[in-house]
Amino acid sequence: MTAYIIRRLLATIPVMAVVAIFVFLLLRLAPGDPAALIAGDNATSAQIEEIRQKLGLNLPIWEQFFLWAGDILRGDLGKSIFSNMPVTTLIAQRLEPTLMLTLATLIVAISLAIPLGVIAAWKARTAIDRVVMLFSVLGFAVPVFLAGYVLMYVFSIQLRWLPVQGYRPLSQGLWPSIQSLILPAIALGMTYVALIARITRASMLEVLAQDYIRTANAKGLATGRVLLLHALKNASVPIVTVIGIGIALLISGVVITETVFNIPGLGRLTVDAVLKRDYPIVQGLILVFAATKVIINLLIDLSYAFLDPRIRH
Amino acid sequence: MAAIAEASLSAAETRKPRAIWVAIRRNPTIFVGSLVLAVLALMAIFAPLIAGDPLRMAPAERLRPPSETWWFGTDQFGRDVFARTVYGARVSLIVGITVALAASAIGLVIGLVCGYSRSVDGIVMRIMDGIMAIPSILLAIALITLTRPGLAIVLVAIIIPEVPRIVRLVRSVVLSIREQPYIESAIAGGTRGAKLLFKHILPNTVAPLIVQATYVCASAMLVEASLSFLGAGVPPEIPSWGNIISQGRSFFQIAPWSILIPGAFLTVTILAVNLVGDGLRDRLDPRLSRRM
Repeated sequence: MTAYIIRRLLATIPVMAVVAIFVFLLLRLAPGDPAALIAGDNATSAQIEEIRQKLGLNLPIWEQFFLWAGDILRGDLGKSIFSNMPVTTLIAQRLEPTLMLTLATLIVAISLAIPLGVIAAWKARTAIDRVVMLFSVLGFAVPVFLAGYVLMYVFSIQLRWLPVQGYRPLSQGLWPSIQSLILPAIALGMTYVALIARITRASMLEVLAQDYIRTANAKGLATGRVLLLHALKNASVPIVTVIGIGIALLISGVVITETVFNIPGLGRLTVDAVLKRDYPIVQGLILVFAATKVIINLLIDLSYAFLDPRIRH
Repeated sequence: MAAIAEASLSAAETRKPRAIWVAIRRNPTIFVGSLVLAVLALMAIFAPLIAGDPLRMAPAERLRPPSETWWFGTDQFGRDVFARTVYGARVSLIVGITVALAASAIGLVIGLVCGYSRSVDGIVMRIMDGIMAIPSILLAIALITLTRPGLAIVLVAIIIPEVPRIVRLVRSVVLSIREQPYIESAIAGGTRGAKLLFKHILPNTVAPLIVQATYVCASAMLVEASLSFLGAGVPPEIPSWGNIISQGRSFFQIAPWSILIPGAFLTVTILAVNLVGDGLRDRLDPRLSRRM
């Protein structure tokens, strides 16, 4: 078990190294002069030179890489070109809304999708099953921003039940904060619900066909007990996997959802940085998001060992 | 996509109209999906005949709701949302098809090589893992930050994150095929190198690759629209669905049609591509369909 954990931990190093090298080379290998591009069309040559100095683009490429990688390993992601603030500070300031949005989405999605998938599998090939499957096909096709605007139109503009846009920080109270997250979490969670419900159904169908389920039913156990304790637990590995895969969807979706609902989180920071071509921020965010994804994948792999004892050996 | 669906019907089946009907009934998802895509393709090709000028501004006709003269209403510059939506189909279809073809071709070559050669496999798969660790929209955004805006760079930025997924698929097929007895006997019979790869292994990758390509196509359309929506996609003067939605954002409360209508078109298009993909998967790859 310990050997498995250590092996899995070590496997994250080459992945992060590739991400870092990729992000590093992206700026250096871009066609044209990156400093001039970042400075914009109206920049003077002095301004371009200043940006080149700031990004260290005047040094030989190897020296640049080792300086840059050394900084990152020490937790220094560089400074914004425009505000001159450390990227880590900017990220820390914007962390709360994004974490809250992701958490809300996870809760909404998992608590909707797993029951839907279980019911669809239990009532397979009935009208209930078809409705759930139809929803899951639709969920993959509706873009996050469209879902966001439709929800906003119905619940905020027409019915006036919920705030139109914006985010209330936790410091202003839990309830206002949750209220501001309901619609964004549903919009962002749509694809995710579709994905998890589909896999839950498939995995449950496979388990429900097993002999021990027939035995459990035959000896007269209550349906709920069979479904949840006997079937769902054994169907959980693919479900957990897909929850993990879906985190990647969430990260891309966060960028869009925060734009639709005007939430000042990491997604908004990314878009603003892109529009201003503030590359150090973009690069820092890519590293942070990629690291998050790698760590989540790691946790998921480790969770298998707990869910399925066969993997431990 | 329609061509693939039809090609999968055998020649005997296509000769009799009754037999076609049976095939369609057996697989209505491919039929419905292809029909929708065919209509969209016609709309895109004949856009100049169907709709007026998507760029003409009529300040006197600003923010008109949908009516008999303005079917889909007008935007804040008085531009015809119907015309813009019709032209927008061009961008989505070009992006979807180009990315699906390019990513499949590149992914197929890399995947075949990785599945075939252990020494290449180790390094290339680590690189693919790294690219896959970066969320695709962020990767595309980063590429776009560093270049001048344009359709070509958007295509490249969408293709790169899609490639590793194809590589993984092709590689896994090659790895499982390699263990088959018929490959062993081909090797024992003296078949080597290119002939082994192209004649015995490549044909097995085609079916899963076609299925995967349809999903890549849908995903590419979605990413393009998302990038344009964020203001980091195709240049704003090109009427793509993402751009129309992005430009309608500030007037959403008074003119929701300029977001909801192109959004509905995008959804239906992606739905149609996914339906074709699901149908093809059921037809071409029964193993996979049982798992989903």
